[in-house]
Amino acid sequence: MSRPVLLLCQLLVAVVVLGLWQLLATVPIFGRMLLPPFFFSNPVDVGSQIVAWFSSGVIWKHLLITLWESILAFTIGSLGGVMVGFWFARQPRVAAIFDPYVKMVNALPRVVLAPIFTLWLGLGIWSKVALGVTLVFFIVFFNVYQGVKEVSTTVLANGRMLGMTERQLMRHVYWPSALSWMFSSLHTSVGFAVVGAVVGEYLGSAAGLGYLIQQAEGVFDVAGVFAGMFVLSAFVLLIDFAVTLVERRLLVWRPDAVEGRG
Amino acid sequence: MEKTKPTAVALDDATVAFRLADARVYTAVEKARLSIEHGEFVAIVGPTGCGKSTLLNVAAGLLRPASGKVRIFDQPLTDLNRQAGYLFQADALFPWKTAIDNVAVGLEITGVPRKQALERAQVWLTSVGLGAFGNRYPHMLSGGQRKRVGLAQVLIRDPKILLMDEPFGPLDAQTRQIMGNLLLDLWNADRKAVLFVTHDLEEAIALADRVVIMSAGPSARIIGDWRVPLARPRDISEVRMEKDFHALHREIWSVLKDEVMKGYAQSSQAPAGAA
Repeated sequence: MSRPVLLLCQLLVAVVVLGLWQLLATVPIFGRMLLPPFFFSNPVDVGSQIVAWFSSGVIWKHLLITLWESILAFTIGSLGGVMVGFWFARQPRVAAIFDPYVKMVNALPRVVLAPIFTLWLGLGIWSKVALGVTLVFFIVFFNVYQGVKEVSTTVLANGRMLGMTERQLMRHVYWPSALSWMFSSLHTSVGFAVVGAVVGEYLGSAAGLGYLIQQAEGVFDVAGVFAGMFVLSAFVLLIDFAVTLVERRLLVWRPDAVEGRG
Repeated sequence: MEKTKPTAVALDDATVAFRLADARVYTAVEKARLSIEHGEFVAIVGPTGCGKSTLLNVAAGLLRPASGKVRIFDQPLTDLNRQAGYLFQADALFPWKTAIDNVAVGLEITGVPRKQALERAQVWLTSVGLGAFGNRYPHMLSGGQRKRVGLAQVLIRDPKILLMDEPFGPLDAQTRQIMGNLLLDLWNADRKAVLFVTHDLEEAIALADRVVIMSAGPSARIIGDWRVPLARPRDISEVRMEKDFHALHREIWSVLKDEVMKGYAQSSQAPAGAA
């Protein structure tokens, strides 16, 4: 399929879905509305809500808050994951001792931590950041741990035979290998940073996209809920695009640089 | 050549054993006695799984013998062999470094400033015929090109001893010949001591001054040692036509054949651990 044709087909899907939605939500069929507006709203209302948000400018504040929370969660979670991952991989004894606890914490659905974080850190951004950190940390941690442990033995032996000291091996062999694993999970971990932020906002906050959706839901404003969802997915798509750009730049050396492993 | 130069690599009855998972002990190589003089090119040939690579790893200091001694220029080897460069069979380049960075890193870690290291690396890349490929990453190079980079990476450090573990094994026949000639050219320039492991007897005779034969494992021993009476400099593809080459090949093969059959029989019975 050529590119314009593909684009046309993709556009067609959106038009058909939105058209059906609008039709079934506004025109009664056999005297009955198949999509009652109270529960489903309609695309025109959702669209005008989005336009209203952007034209009045209220949305920017919420977007910025969510973005800031995601960035903080990602940065702190990644730094922690890289450090602990490295530490555990180089000290198998430490890893063995902490192993059951790591598994236990990772097995916990992170949402249940939200009330605790709200109690500890209040309703501001930090309780959301904390939730995101618990999600990001484990992804980065497991990837870095794996990356350091699975350095090719031949490459490692080669480094040794070339005369590298333990510190030089760290810099020229372990570190790049671990980073490549971390970057391969970049999409997943960035995605989880956003999830942490939005879920945290939804469960209790005064600003952010999650707050916006939760507020709309609280007053049965279905158009607002849908509008929030659309803005949120556009937001995540944009971030994902940025991540792809970063990844292309950083993983040029890898044959499968674009796909990633996460 | 000077007589005063000490023996580059000497193995005195080196025995190498591994502890298996079920606590039994597997003896890979038994009482290997081998010496490589300064500037000598020695090839080790043996059937698959006979412990050729094990012997090389002992000379590199990557493995310690269970008994026996290893001496490098008359000094007992206690740690990694700092005098040796090692060309591995598998891909050993750093995949996250470009070709030129891969070559330069050996100098950089000894404290040579990066700019100088890159200049020298460029010279070495050119001498292995890859002058224009410096900014490629290993996955963008062919198997033969990667081996060339590997060769430059090892040689830039100017090691006194060169250890090579079936370095051209994965390459196709033509590339192997080209690589063999390249190796001989580079070696001719300063005649390092070379220990070259291969399963290809023809390659061994064409390249080496001496060909050493190992028996089939386990407990592989060195069972033969031939001097190659061919003049240098050699061209690998031409030297194969000479009468002396054929005579020597026949002589060694008559010994090697039985071991190859034994090795083959063993490896087809049990799943062999090491190649």
